[in-house]
Amino acid sequence: MNIHEYQAKQLLKQHGVAVPTGEPCKTVAEATTAAQKIFGGGGTLAVIKAQIHAGGRGKGTFKDGFKGGVKLAKSADEVTALAKTMLGNVLVTKQTGPEGRQVNTLLVAGAETIKKEFYLAVLLDRANSRPLIMASTEGGVDIEEVAEKTPEKIIKEHIDPAVGIQPYNARNVAAALGLKGELFGQACKLITAVYRTWWECDASMVEINPLCIVEGADGKESLMAVDAKIGLDDNALYRHADILAMRDLNEESPLEIEASKFNLNYIKLDGSIACLVNGAGLAMATMDIVQYYGGSPANFLDVGGGASKEQVTAAFKIILSDPHVKAIFVNIFGGIMDCNVIATGIVAAVKETGLKLPLIVRLEGNNVAAGRTTLAQSGVAIINGDSMADAAQKAVKAASH
Amino acid sequence: MSILVKPDSKILVQGITGSFGARHTQLSLEYGTQVVAGVTPGKGGQVFEHNGKRIPIFDTVADAVKQTGATVSAIFVPPPFAADAILESVDAGMDLAVAITEGIPVNDMVRVRRAMQGCATRLIGPNCPGIVTPGEGKDSHGGCRIGIAPGYIHKKGHIGVVSRSGTLTYEAVWQLTSRGIGQSTCVGIGGDPVNGTSHLDVIKLFNADPETHGIIMIGEIGGSAEEEAAEWIQQHCKKPVAGFIAGATAPPGRRMGHAGAIVSGGKGTAEAKIAAFRAAGIGVAATPSEMADTLLKML
Repeated sequence: MNIHEYQAKQLLKQHGVAVPTGEPCKTVAEATTAAQKIFGGGGTLAVIKAQIHAGGRGKGTFKDGFKGGVKLAKSADEVTALAKTMLGNVLVTKQTGPEGRQVNTLLVAGAETIKKEFYLAVLLDRANSRPLIMASTEGGVDIEEVAEKTPEKIIKEHIDPAVGIQPYNARNVAAALGLKGELFGQACKLITAVYRTWWECDASMVEINPLCIVEGADGKESLMAVDAKIGLDDNALYRHADILAMRDLNEESPLEIEASKFNLNYIKLDGSIACLVNGAGLAMATMDIVQYYGGSPANFLDVGGGASKEQVTAAFKIILSDPHVKAIFVNIFGGIMDCNVIATGIVAAVKETGLKLPLIVRLEGNNVAAGRTTLAQSGVAIINGDSMADAAQKAVKAASH
Repeated sequence: MSILVKPDSKILVQGITGSFGARHTQLSLEYGTQVVAGVTPGKGGQVFEHNGKRIPIFDTVADAVKQTGATVSAIFVPPPFAADAILESVDAGMDLAVAITEGIPVNDMVRVRRAMQGCATRLIGPNCPGIVTPGEGKDSHGGCRIGIAPGYIHKKGHIGVVSRSGTLTYEAVWQLTSRGIGQSTCVGIGGDPVNGTSHLDVIKLFNADPETHGIIMIGEIGGSAEEEAAEWIQQHCKKPVAGFIAGATAPPGRRMGHAGAIVSGGKGTAEAKIAAFRAAGIGVAATPSEMADTLLKML
């Protein structure tokens, strides 16, 4: 699960990380009030940030042509005007795809005077199953590019999960970032707090880009998480009711939400051949074989090991609500499941949904002969695939008509 | 021979009274596997009955081991309690723990892996279909089936199969069996980002097993375990290896069903893994339909 920037900053703040003062605003009136607080409190500049689960917001363009999902304002009136333009508008960035995302929330915050930008993240290093703190003096830019072009500028510090982060871990990172004096001590505290946010929230990733040295009104320098991104481990959400409450259904595809209600694992893609498969690995491989034979998969769909008639019917309905779908490829290896039960489910689903599109079925496994007979005698027009390769080729052919 | 388990390995099942654990214990018993004990805290003293077989249930793994001599644990415990169940089997000194459970929090597994360092127990999984060493009987009956794989698709023989995906394991096994080719042992290592045993660990075991003559290795997007295995294979593996990588068409940044199947930050792509396979001399199946044939051409 992903959360918004303002929610990530709330979690970080709870763990003691300094973040700019700001408020999430869902209406123009809320944005105006937040702005009045900033300018009334002596602030001279506010930043308005569109809250969507996608990167590249600053360089994004709204569908009405308005440029930039992150804007600066010098007065409360300016904030009000920007909020009117941005709220409810659809922002397209390099990560949203051409359909973009509707902006329902703005983060209105005091703009900080930034002296220097760093990068700081905590993630799992899968190579050794240990937490990893990653940092760089090159902040505020695409970190993947930094890692590619100048790998020596990436600082890595592994944490021993038996004891958690130790003060020396934080000192190693702070020193490598070149911080001195008071900022060094601040950085140690901040790095520790960011690590604890990652661990205690069961995050898959906490990324602060940029982490900034900012100059306060009194001229004093301090460290602050100016932007933040947190991804959560879905498997651990059961023990974080507060974080689960941050889920924003507006950020998820309606079809994917519908699928999750039936315990179906569905991911929409932009091709024309819908896939209905049991097992995640086989579901991925089915998409691959469709592409191998020149087609394009419309989705990833894993109906799981014990697909019931209800699940298969729900899966057909979800697939059919994608207007780009021209053919359906059902690829089932019935290991424990009786293929005849699956075949019966497919026939029932086809009849219930009144399917008109070509349906290609490859069925293999337990009691497969009875399953094939059920399909053949159902009166439903089904193209039978003898093997996965045969079925994939037939699906590609059917979708090209 | 085989790797990890033999037909006479004594198995205990943690979570034997849950519906999932009970169902698959029944199937393992029907396959002829030596399930000797069950563990469900609070149900010690009860008996799990199936087709005239009576399996004693214990409150703790330590008790079950002491009373029955079980050396392998199959874990069907729900995610919130699974890390504890794994560590209990480690503490009881099991040779092998096979965690079938899907949905264990990653940080729990990070802790488990750390706690297991230096311990004699090997962990397979979690989020895996388990292990099958096929037996001599009809439809490979009499073998050792730990987990949820369909037993009848197997055939006793000389090909080792290792995979992160359950259904793709079954595909590969079925392709082999349909061509009259048997398997030494089939190992599902699981689809989670943190697991107990890697592709490479299993490849090393197959390489050392005189009864294994060829290997099918199935991988998928995410992480770099396939690349590490490929590097070792190139330098050390004496046996032909064929492979398939799933997820070439997966969009970056999305988790494809398995918690570990994700391309993030440009890392863990199918292209990189396939390139590593090719560089190591591993036969790459162009489609999942050709896994067995790709290996058979190399034998």
